[in-house]
Amino acid sequence: MSADTATVQLKAKDFASDQDIRWCPGCGDYSILSQTKKVLANLGVKRENTVFVSGIGCSSRFPYYVDSYGFHSIHGRAPAIATGVKLANPDLHVWVVTGDGDGLSIGGNHLLHAIRRNIDMTILLFNNRIYGLTKGQYSPTSPLGKKTKSSPMGSVDFPLHPLSVAIGAEATFVARTVDINIKHLTATLQRAAEHKGISFVEIYQNCPIFNDGAFDYATGKDTKEDTTLMLEHGKPLVFGGEKKKGIRLQGMDPEIVELGGEITEDDLLFHDEKQAEPSLAYLLSRMHHPEFPEPLGVFRCVERPTYEDMMMGQISEAAKTKGPGKLEDLFDDGETWVVE
Amino acid sequence: MVVSTQTAGASNKHVKTVEREEIAVRFAGDSGDGMQLAGTQLTNTSAIFGNDVSTFPDYPAEIRAPVGTVFGVSGFQLNFGAHKLRTAGDKVNALIAMNPAALKVNIMDLEVGGLLVVNEDAFTAANLKKAKCETNALEDGSLDKFRVIKVPIDKLNAEACKDTGLTGRAVGRCKNFFALGISYWLFGRPMDTTLRWIDKKFGSKPAVADANAKALRAGYYFGETTDLFTEKYVVAPAKLAPGRYRKVTGNEAVAMGMVAASKLANKSLFYGSYPITPASDILHELSRRKNFDVRTFQAEDEIAAMTSIIGAAFAGALAATGTSGPGLALKSEGIGLAIITELPMVIVNVQRGGPSTGLPTKTEQADLHQAVWGRNGEAPLCVLAPATPGDCFAMTVEAFRIALEYMTPVMLLTDGYLANGAEPWMLPDIDKLPKLTVKHPTSLNGAEHFSPYKRNDKLAREWAIPGTPDLQHRIGGLEKKDITGEVCYETDNHSHMIHVRREKIDGIANTIPPMKVFGSDSGELLVLGWGSTYGPITSAVENCRAKGMDVSSTHLRYIDPLPKNLGEILSKFKKVLIPEMNMGQLTSYLRAMLPCEPISMTKVQGKPFLISEVEAKIAELLK
Repeated sequence: MSADTATVQLKAKDFASDQDIRWCPGCGDYSILSQTKKVLANLGVKRENTVFVSGIGCSSRFPYYVDSYGFHSIHGRAPAIATGVKLANPDLHVWVVTGDGDGLSIGGNHLLHAIRRNIDMTILLFNNRIYGLTKGQYSPTSPLGKKTKSSPMGSVDFPLHPLSVAIGAEATFVARTVDINIKHLTATLQRAAEHKGISFVEIYQNCPIFNDGAFDYATGKDTKEDTTLMLEHGKPLVFGGEKKKGIRLQGMDPEIVELGGEITEDDLLFHDEKQAEPSLAYLLSRMHHPEFPEPLGVFRCVERPTYEDMMMGQISEAAKTKGPGKLEDLFDDGETWVVE
Repeated sequence: MVVSTQTAGASNKHVKTVEREEIAVRFAGDSGDGMQLAGTQLTNTSAIFGNDVSTFPDYPAEIRAPVGTVFGVSGFQLNFGAHKLRTAGDKVNALIAMNPAALKVNIMDLEVGGLLVVNEDAFTAANLKKAKCETNALEDGSLDKFRVIKVPIDKLNAEACKDTGLTGRAVGRCKNFFALGISYWLFGRPMDTTLRWIDKKFGSKPAVADANAKALRAGYYFGETTDLFTEKYVVAPAKLAPGRYRKVTGNEAVAMGMVAASKLANKSLFYGSYPITPASDILHELSRRKNFDVRTFQAEDEIAAMTSIIGAAFAGALAATGTSGPGLALKSEGIGLAIITELPMVIVNVQRGGPSTGLPTKTEQADLHQAVWGRNGEAPLCVLAPATPGDCFAMTVEAFRIALEYMTPVMLLTDGYLANGAEPWMLPDIDKLPKLTVKHPTSLNGAEHFSPYKRNDKLAREWAIPGTPDLQHRIGGLEKKDITGEVCYETDNHSHMIHVRREKIDGIANTIPPMKVFGSDSGELLVLGWGSTYGPITSAVENCRAKGMDVSSTHLRYIDPLPKNLGEILSKFKKVLIPEMNMGQLTSYLRAMLPCEPISMTKVQGKPFLISEVEAKIAELLK
């Protein structure tokens, strides 16, 4: 994060715009908006140095509700527009808000390339596993067999897993969180925003109208301890009500084991978000309900030079070696001749 | 034609020196033979010598098609003259053909009695078969109407380079310099410009530099000592306006125009682009201008190239992209977003043959309707079209002038002929370049909120950029409420905004120069052109007027909005002829815009008009 910090400490409400919020009652987006404003206040960034860019979809209305500079663009293109914003002015604090359809279907290509370039911005992918704004078609993250208006006999599309995609493109910061786990959501967004380089956060977000309860397994009081696993850097992968279950490596594959008896925490897989190779993070991104608990938290957080730093580095190097550009030199380049 | 006899250099043979007003030379060979390079070198040397020059590179879409086949033939035509030239020449006066395929594809353009230099070593049975020649043209009498000079270029080149230590294959790559050397002798050109270029280009590979220089000299001295040539040709320097000149292609001129605009506006240039023929050279040129704070971004696709410049414009950069037809199709949605968000930027479309992938390396003007109308909704766009390679510079600066003054995207329509064709270009006087003033608002000025869609007398909105305190605002692709810019679905507001966006573009006509007529202000026939047809049209009209015909011409450089005096000009002529490299797109556009019934003349062969073709049509209409 390179934006100047505010001289006056702003509060979350200072980041609210004067626009009426038009999401459906009970939508997970409300919680994400509130926590994002809280994080902006925590970060101490100035409103005028912050830019939110979105595409099309329910989640993409987000920029209207934040008192910053904002761009509600066209379907799928937010990462490319945000790239232009950041490269034109690397001092800005740039966020991209997208959804599973916007980011992984129509805009999949831009998402991949913004990630692999390691541009310093934060991408929030609201995953509700459905097309909401077009009233309920299956999305690229809907499970196989999902019955929707456009798949009355069940979807025959195999789903994409957003974090596997992000890790495949070698995102330097990858995390997953849940809309209603406010504490975890805030902490995850905060870390994402603080990371220098691309940050990709998948947020499980409930759509109460077209896909209500899609994440009940991961949010239900009775089930979440067994269906999710909180990642902690340097700690073993344990889960379950009394943390009696763990993940162990069997060859190249994870397996669930019960702790106690011969199996101790030392036998388990330890989380290392700093691992340079993305293999462990990818393995974690492949753990799906119901076979495995789904990991939440930071999967990967590594350092790599950013695109804009390297670009600006070349620009200052060229100015140093060639001298600052002058129009005389631009025109008078190569062979010239004089007509008397 | 002046013919004199003199004794040439080291040999005792008699060679006539023939003085010509202009000569069109074409180099033709395999796409890996370096024909573009040889042609470019002769162009540079001729331009520095003082001739006017006009070039037409014609190369295949395949990078290295199978050697010796007709679809791998690459050609470069150069016209150099002692007077003003506007095209690369209707007919080729001298053809240099490196193999049977190159001969087969190009011979029909050589004038009867023209000079043909062929590499006879390449006329083997195998090569004749590859070129699908049933007989050997060097033996079957089909070349009798030309002056054929058979030169064993492969052998002579190999002999010249034998002590350079290069492999046979690497030596073979020097034969374009051998052919170039012959042409330098033939046209009395000094070798020093090319020798300097070789030194600079191959400085890190002395053996390669040495071989190329040896091949060039060997070709030159072969011309001087052989008895094969009975004539050599001289073309005196042209009388160009006094000043310092360089050679430019249209793509180079566009790139320079962009850098100049960024300097004049005191802004960083952001150029987002995806590689596409024939526009990629703009990206190449700009990416080596980093010391001008030029930020080039090679995007993942055409859509990202377009939308990245929208983001850059929003953030305050001078933004531009370049593409060709298929890429423009992909950019359409993004251009609509640029139009509704009213951000300044320039979109260059280097037209090529279509539809779809079409003819990637050939020229056409068939994207005019796409440029003017090719978007969903009512999406008015300012469209400009430069007339010559050099004009690409002025019109690029003009495109930015309009973009900044009116807060709007502007499209610049060039084409493959302008982009790759070259002409001498007088270095501009920097003090006389237009001033590009940019004013970003810095405060609310007493208002409670910033109003992004409040307009000035030109209907331009204010360009408040991120980083400016208190002016935070949100824009996007949904319809905007007048003044506040809030999302607004009200029907009256939508109607109002559509009208305002159109009126803004129409208003640009108030700040563009009126059109000028070449010839008489009224009469029988007016030939109206746009874009790269300027050269053949103007020369054809000049020739016809010299013959006493009542014909004039005028040239459109502003397509939307049209110059205000166009209707009046058209009304003064009984007939209006529009030659264009499409199926009549300007013709139908003008019929929609003005009370006129122009006659359409079309050519869709991937090649520019010949002067003679336009002349014939003029004569037909004046019969």
